[in-house]
Amino acid sequence: MASAEVYPASEPARWTYLDRIRTRPGPFTNPDMFSGEAVAAAMETMKILVIGAGGLGCELLKNLALSGFKDIHVIDMDTIDISNLNRQFLFRQADVGKSKADVAARFVEKRVKGVKITPHNCRIQDFDEDFYMQFQLVVCGLDSIEARRWINATLVNMVDEDVEDSYKPLIDGGTEGFKGQARVIFPTVTSCIECQLDMHAPRAAVPLCTLASIPRQPEHCIEWAHVIAWDQEKPFPQLDKDDPEHITWLYQKALLRAREFNIPGVTYSLTQGVVKNIIPAIAATNSVIAAACCNEALKIASNCAPFLGLPEENYMMYSGNDSVYTYTFKHEKKDDCPVCGQLARDLPVEASWTLSELVDSFAARPEAQLKKPSVRAEGKTLYMQSPPSLEAQTRPNLDKTLVELGLEDGQEIGVTDPAFATVVFKFRLRFKQ
Amino acid sequence: MTEIIMSQTPPILHGPSEKERKYDRQLRLWAASGQAALESANILLVNSGAGTVGAETLKNLVLPGIGRFAIYDEAQVSEADLGVNFFLDDGGLGRARAQSLTELILELNPDVQGTWYPNEGVKTLDSLLAGSPVFTVIMYTHPIRPEQLSQLEAYGQQHKTPLVAIHSAGFYSYFQINLPGAFPIVDTHPDETAMTDLRLLTPWPELVAFAEELTKDIDGLDNYEHGHLPYVVILLHYLKQWKVAHDGKYPTTFKEKTELRKIVQGAARTNNPEGGEENFEEAAAAVVKTVVRPSLPSGLKEVFEYEHTDPVEQKSGFWLIADAVKEFYEKHQCLPLPGNLPDMKAQSKVYIQLQGIYKAKARKDAAEILQIVQAAPGGEHVDPAEVDLFCKNAAFVKLINATGGGASGSGVKISRADRLKSAADQEFANDETAALSLSPLSLLPIYLALQATAHVDVDVDHRHQPSSTGTGGLDADSILAAVAQQVPGAEKHERVVQAAREVARAAGGELHNVAALTGGMVAQETIKIVTKQYIPVDNTCVYDGIGGRCQVLRL
Ligand SMILES: [Zn+2]
Repeated sequence: MASAEVYPASEPARWTYLDRIRTRPGPFTNPDMFSGEAVAAAMETMKILVIGAGGLGCELLKNLALSGFKDIHVIDMDTIDISNLNRQFLFRQADVGKSKADVAARFVEKRVKGVKITPHNCRIQDFDEDFYMQFQLVVCGLDSIEARRWINATLVNMVDEDVEDSYKPLIDGGTEGFKGQARVIFPTVTSCIECQLDMHAPRAAVPLCTLASIPRQPEHCIEWAHVIAWDQEKPFPQLDKDDPEHITWLYQKALLRAREFNIPGVTYSLTQGVVKNIIPAIAATNSVIAAACCNEALKIASNCAPFLGLPEENYMMYSGNDSVYTYTFKHEKKDDCPVCGQLARDLPVEASWTLSELVDSFAARPEAQLKKPSVRAEGKTLYMQSPPSLEAQTRPNLDKTLVELGLEDGQEIGVTDPAFATVVFKFRLRFKQ
Repeated sequence: MTEIIMSQTPPILHGPSEKERKYDRQLRLWAASGQAALESANILLVNSGAGTVGAETLKNLVLPGIGRFAIYDEAQVSEADLGVNFFLDDGGLGRARAQSLTELILELNPDVQGTWYPNEGVKTLDSLLAGSPVFTVIMYTHPIRPEQLSQLEAYGQQHKTPLVAIHSAGFYSYFQINLPGAFPIVDTHPDETAMTDLRLLTPWPELVAFAEELTKDIDGLDNYEHGHLPYVVILLHYLKQWKVAHDGKYPTTFKEKTELRKIVQGAARTNNPEGGEENFEEAAAAVVKTVVRPSLPSGLKEVFEYEHTDPVEQKSGFWLIADAVKEFYEKHQCLPLPGNLPDMKAQSKVYIQLQGIYKAKARKDAAEILQIVQAAPGGEHVDPAEVDLFCKNAAFVKLINATGGGASGSGVKISRADRLKSAADQEFANDETAALSLSPLSLLPIYLALQATAHVDVDVDHRHQPSSTGTGGLDADSILAAVAQQVPGAEKHERVVQAAREVARAAGGELHNVAALTGGMVAQETIKIVTKQYIPVDNTCVYDGIGGRCQVLRL
């Protein structure tokens, strides 16, 4: 088998090692799906999209360029910060302040000859479906769950059963400290980001009364400064979490509060961490997770070996805290997924709740995590966040209970959120007894 | 409580330094102590084969600011390198690969020093090893020439330097850590939830007095006070009642604990505006996990049982403290208290007082252990901060490589060969029942197939014209023949045959993704070894890029 012919790419000597693998079948290659002859040429015309040019994104661009992809686009609206330099290896001190997408694209193009990288210094939401339709694969290296959910919902919505080209495999990576995960999604076919949302539950928020009257932890003092003191004193017109002066103000407020209650442990670094919700990140873990993602991209693009996603395992969990541990498994698609499922998802509620309580509850629910939900039932608008005129018109409903609004146990409601413009999350109310 | 205020650092009015800002995201993982260890480390990479996995590993160490590195690589940059290695470029074609790699990797971090070999002055690995400051960790990539491997192993033995072997080919890779002796870690960073140690069944007098004071008239408390009793105090109160009702015995079985939980749940007030009490809910939820007898965790037990006879070990602070903790444990039948108190619903003042009681007890235990340490020969040099750290983490202290030293002489090599054979028996036996137990299949076949090509003589000259039909490496039959020599019979297993064919397909070539992934893992491990934080692999990690998973084996 190993003696099968190698079908080289356009610069054969340079891609020797890659061509040996991607154009020759191995013992696990599915012969029905594999054509060694066609691989190199097909990959050279394939368009692949990378979302994020940060810790994972820098690695993704390098890895894809060295995996034989020639036409890569990258989207990132951020500029380079000094705290990126410990891992975002395409950036230098002199690049601080410049666009991540631009600098990353130029660097990889210069280093790997023959690859074209098109940077987009903007938000993913600035593009429509036509833009996303041009790619054959999408690889995500994001630190925001909102952006992941948005692109996931968009790709699921784009699927047209009659158009084979409308299925865009989504490969997603994420890291935190020594841990991370890589997952492959075939929109509408396999479990999607929204199906897996409860695996990435948000941290429980500290109750406001704890912050206001009985703080016990340094974090409580910092959140107090952030949520309460800032609003009361408005030391600057707008809080800029990247402005050291603003963080210093919060730090000193938090420190005074901590002294008042004898609470130890408030530091500048902790203040910054809490306020910006900083996730620890290192080059080594990004290297592992981004490479796992791109390895799947190469296998999907070439069929030279079985890939994650179909038919079985689609999720690899990685942990490097205690030895090295991976768990690779199949996350099942959910029939009641609001994005890719057909059925409304059960939503346990109290009949005595006001609409306001229902609306607020969506943010904290691990399976919903909607921060600005608007609610409809049977075509009737119950509450709309915008435009302001509709908001004012529906606001009185917030104080009414679910029963007063005529909602019943088992009733279906539709929830939308500006973060997911096109998606209606379907829920079925389940009154707790 | 004034002492807490005193121990707090004064406010720093200036922000973080330039360096703290650059390294912020990693300082949150290993703190200034870990960073200092990294910055004083000196790493050697002996690079061979296709050469990517070594470069990717170094990249991940240079970025976080390792002190210095040296690359030994005899190859010249070839056209094929440019399709797999990001830290080489067209300008380097035909030049020394070590030099190009060093230059492009150094661009990543101006704080790091790097040198390359062989060069005009130092022409061989032997002379490099003889003439360099001691290396903290040595990494080498396969395939490596046997005589160079022997030189590295001898060096590792002599200088107690950990060696990391790395092998990446096609979709497969492994790395193997060879530590020079038992490797203890104190700062293992366990999950915060696992660290809760409240001593509810062995409360000390100050804690008992505090709880009794708050609960002596529990029914007479107003709703606010009752609803803000810390759950520790609630549990101590109902445990005391339980003891009275059960002949002085605490609940031990799951059934008894369930009963206690019901008592606690039933004691919550429901006639208040909230219709329940959060602190009693917290108390009920904490019963099973916190109403436990102190026990000796297996990791620490291994430390206590390890005979540290080596003169270097005798003098180390770790073993002096471990002996003292053992003495403490034998005397008190419990470990020194870590002293941290999880957050719980409570009034600020009460919580801080309770936190102070736990901290004071922790300080007292640590002081007792420091006294034992200082009474031992050599103990006067032990840093009290090291004692504090040990006491805080005692339950999670871990000993890696307790049973095996590094490779030394033929004696150990034989035992290592035996170890591989018995591991193979075990793994193949597990695979027989894997389908039933729903466990993944062993990745040992990958290790066997790769390892069969690990010591192929490297033909450096040949690398100038890599052949597109791939004659580098061995064919599947030769690989299986080499496997048969190591583990007779293994070559007949279907999965070993498949792995051999997959290894032959790569013909010694790397895939960039697999090299990058492996380089990430090896960098994580090197950081753990250098900082002595988190827990390193013991001792071999195999990666399967087709199945997308790893397995750690002790080989
Ligand atoms: Zn879904």
